[in-house]
Amino acid sequence: MTDVIDSLVGIGPGSKLDAIRAQRTEARKHAQASYTSLFEPKDLGGVSADERHAVASFVAGLHGEPKTDAFYAAKLPAALRTAIATEVAAARTKGPYGHFPKGPLSVEDAPGPTWKVSDAGRASLGPRLAAAFEHTHMLVFHPRDASAASLQSLLDAGWSTDDIVTVSQLVSFLSYQIRVVSGLGVLASTL
Amino acid sequence: MSTDKTLTPPPHTEPVVFTRDMLDWLPWLEPMAEADMTEHHIRSLVDAARVKSPYFRLLARDPDVLEARTRTDKDIFYNPEAGLPRAERELAAAATSRLNGCIYCASVHARFAATYSKRVDDVQRLLDEGVEAKLDERWEAIVAASAALTALPMTFDKDHVERLRAVGLDDAAIADLIGAASFFNWANRLMLSLGVPATQPK
Repeated sequence: MTDVIDSLVGIGPGSKLDAIRAQRTEARKHAQASYTSLFEPKDLGGVSADERHAVASFVAGLHGEPKTDAFYAAKLPAALRTAIATEVAAARTKGPYGHFPKGPLSVEDAPGPTWKVSDAGRASLGPRLAAAFEHTHMLVFHPRDASAASLQSLLDAGWSTDDIVTVSQLVSFLSYQIRVVSGLGVLASTL
Repeated sequence: MSTDKTLTPPPHTEPVVFTRDMLDWLPWLEPMAEADMTEHHIRSLVDAARVKSPYFRLLARDPDVLEARTRTDKDIFYNPEAGLPRAERELAAAATSRLNGCIYCASVHARFAATYSKRVDDVQRLLDEGVEAKLDERWEAIVAASAALTALPMTFDKDHVERLRAVGLDDAAIADLIGAASFFNWANRLMLSLGVPATQPK
């Protein structure tokens, strides 16, 4: 199938970036395999296809990457797309912020919001996705504020330990994919 | 409702500064038990020795993603062909981890950066002072580009590319830097959110 990063950057066969990416064949192949394992897995386990695309679209929206957002959002029902867009508009901020463990680094603590899904959003997303989105916002903008309590909130909303590993990988992989797409896009514009 | 629980790590000392010391990592969720791991899970670790790591045994709960993640990681950092020298791929990883605040990731990749570059003082200054630390023109350009790719909104632009070219990076090296800094935005988020670093007993 089409390489998602190539397609989002617009890397055509025989282009300079195609040749550069070809020097890292394994990274290229396994970035794509990461995508496939997350979005077209052999077994969805406890995380549905809609939940996977919803989290991905939310992450891309928070990063302000319309092309990547559109790619994932296209796989979603219209009502869910609209609910996500509303939450993204309220949730976007600057990062990374957050607290360090108390000590010499505390002078670098950068306070910022602990974002919560709106009441309307909670109604349209349901409790599982609402909890996942709140966790996702923390992972995207202030990952150093993570705690066992954030994971407990996911468990309380009905995600299992296996599911949380998958959701964490979804957010973290998107954080990678979006930056590669953006970075290579900038590089391509200078070639 | 899930019956799974978070874990309370045993008594430990959390590091409160960025360091090149070896650290431990204690999970907040139950890693797989070695005895429950199938061949599929073991294969996902890529390096069999990682079966001793609670971090990798936790990620092995989604084995296909772990395997793809690990093989991506290895090519970005270990492929010796052309591109950015290993020391500077590690520098990009350390700078990204410093900005995101991942003390564990920063410790590992600062050690690698120091080992491969032999510039222990510069690496330590990055850990002590952060991504604005005075290094030299080339390293400052690499750190600034990594920070710009990590910040939200992302600020990486043509000026960063030109600055990297001016200090001697070719297109393949710049692509490696983008890969290394981006990958640590993946790794930092897993490491920071699934458990906590601990100092090793002396």
